[in-house]
Amino acid sequence: MAYQWDFTPVFANSELLAQGLLNTLKVTGASLACGLVLGLGFALMRLSRHRLASWPAGFVIEVFRTTPPLVQLFWFFFALPLIAGIEMTPLLAAIVTFSIQSAAFFAEVFRAGIVSVERGQWDGARAIGMTNGQALRRIVLPQAIKRMIPAFMERAIELMKTTTLVATIAYADLLFAANEIAQKTFRPLETFTVAALIYFVVITAISLLARQLERRLAVSGESTVH
Amino acid sequence: MTILKVSGLIKRFGGNEVIRGIDLDVEKGERIAVLGASGSGKSTLLRCLNFMEMPDAGTITLDGKLVGHREAELTLVRQRIGMVFQQFNLFPHMTALGNVMEGLRTVRRMSKPDAEARAERELARVGLADKAAHYPAHLSGGQKQRVAIARALAMDPELLLFDEPTSALDPELVGEVLGVIRSLAEEGRTMLLVTHELGFAYHVATRVIFLADGTIHEQGTPDEVLKHPRRERTQAFLARHKEFSL
Amino acid sequence: MHQWDFASVLDNADVFAVGALGTLRIFAICLVAGLSFGLVVGLGRYSQRRVFYWPATAFVEFFRNTPVLVQIIWFYFALPILMPFSISPLAAASLGISLNSAAFSAEIYRAGIQSIDRGQWDGARALGMSFLQAMRRIILPQALKRMTPALTNRAIEIFKMSTLASAIAYVELLQQAKLIASLNFNPIEAYTAVAVIFFVFLWPMVQLTYVLERRLARDE
Repeated sequence: MAYQWDFTPVFANSELLAQGLLNTLKVTGASLACGLVLGLGFALMRLSRHRLASWPAGFVIEVFRTTPPLVQLFWFFFALPLIAGIEMTPLLAAIVTFSIQSAAFFAEVFRAGIVSVERGQWDGARAIGMTNGQALRRIVLPQAIKRMIPAFMERAIELMKTTTLVATIAYADLLFAANEIAQKTFRPLETFTVAALIYFVVITAISLLARQLERRLAVSGESTVH
Repeated sequence: MTILKVSGLIKRFGGNEVIRGIDLDVEKGERIAVLGASGSGKSTLLRCLNFMEMPDAGTITLDGKLVGHREAELTLVRQRIGMVFQQFNLFPHMTALGNVMEGLRTVRRMSKPDAEARAERELARVGLADKAAHYPAHLSGGQKQRVAIARALAMDPELLLFDEPTSALDPELVGEVLGVIRSLAEEGRTMLLVTHELGFAYHVATRVIFLADGTIHEQGTPDEVLKHPRRERTQAFLARHKEFSL
Repeated sequence: MHQWDFASVLDNADVFAVGALGTLRIFAICLVAGLSFGLVVGLGRYSQRRVFYWPATAFVEFFRNTPVLVQIIWFYFALPILMPFSISPLAAASLGISLNSAAFSAEIYRAGIQSIDRGQWDGARALGMSFLQAMRRIILPQALKRMTPALTNRAIEIFKMSTLASAIAYVELLQQAKLIASLNFNPIEAYTAVAVIFFVFLWPMVQLTYVLERRLARDE
């Protein structure tokens, strides 16, 4: 006997799904923004000649690349509040975890990007009297960031997929909303299929956009260094 | 009047001593050509003068004041000593005008209209007023180097350092850059020029220095050093430059 | 100030041992299934025949562009409805992680095969080799060397992804840590311990990829 598909119970709860998607985008956006700033900090620390700066950054990066994201999330949600004696919400735990985790990844992207800018650019900047900070901000980073954009976009997509983990600590993201609906309507097949399709459509749209952006950067003359 | 006084300058890279005790006084209005085989320390000497490389020993006095001991001071020194590189080192993400404005805006904190007007004047001086909106990727090598010269001039340097400014250029583009440098010489600007263009050095320099093994091997007027070198290594160096015609 | 007490974790070492076994089991299954199916899909992506290219491309796009946790949950809660039999947590998690890894490794295989000079194909053909012979004897051995760092990275990702199986109560390290934490009220020690265990397992593997990447960069 063939299964009778019925999507109406799912669509009746489309508001819940929309709210879930919004929350997914919220966690992704916040973690991405914090991760970028923190990642630049880590990269500069790693590039520093002082071991007091480069070692701690290296340690944090290694730990976050070498442990599973879900373990990190559980640690920040269940363990950290007890150690630090603070209140922890699922949203905050998710943003903290995914920010540091993205930062660990971005640090390497930033470092490679900065190193890829040829030494002559530093020379040119310093020769007109710029400080190292000015040279980094005005001359080196703008060139480095253009080369880093593909890696950033790829990471943004990875991050969006990783945010589904917050459902396991009961934050109402898209996956969590789908789970609620599935239990309420006894229609897990339709609900989870729709949820998967929503992720697929949103992520595919972002990656198409990223490809478009890369192509645009590749043809604009000033992005290539001569 | 002595603008720059260098004494006992030493620079090592690893265990290798590249500059081995150089003394040099640069008078206002002097144009010094620095010659020497590759590896003789010419570029390193130049880069030590504006502290792009930190000397290991020796002192540098600018306008009677000892400089180079505080990190913050170095940026001030570099504003007063302009530098032009073999590889131009233009900023590829900025237009020609943007390149020339950059030091005025970021370092001097000049207002945008003022910096723009000044940068336009400098570009006009090197004959590139019509290329202001072009990015470096769309300029020829000679044009790039002229933008780089305008970028250095915009900072009103008291002394200009040229580090082999024509070595990276196709032969047919060398003339336009040398022409700009010659016009700066005619304005009476003080400059140090590392070059392989011996003919140019002969006609434009007021003094020629021949470096060998990180020391000043021979120096004097262009006539003395280039036409009547006294020392054997200078003679050998000049003999190798067959294209040299006075 | 928190008093660290790892005794409560050490007392439960056997619980963690069971979890570690579960982690290693699902890792081994997904590594073998994911990387070998990935090769098949990768060859499909490389193929010029539409019957191979289009299904392979659709597969890669779909599984790369959906979260692996959603895939696992779909296989566990949704798929059984279409099937006459039930699906165990291990089967559902293995399916999700393996198919996801297949999609990612397919692109590694495809890029690796494409990076081999056309002259190698010509040389193999000139000897009278068939497509499959040339692929097996000439192209893949060279391509595999270039792909090793990326494939090792994939293996590390699979190891980390295995924790997702805990979301459907498969018994592995993180699931056991949850159990210990709830029985002994020691989440700090339990989750720190599981993080340390993963770090100890994975750190040598990560270092290995660094070495492989450096060696490859040097050889090329």
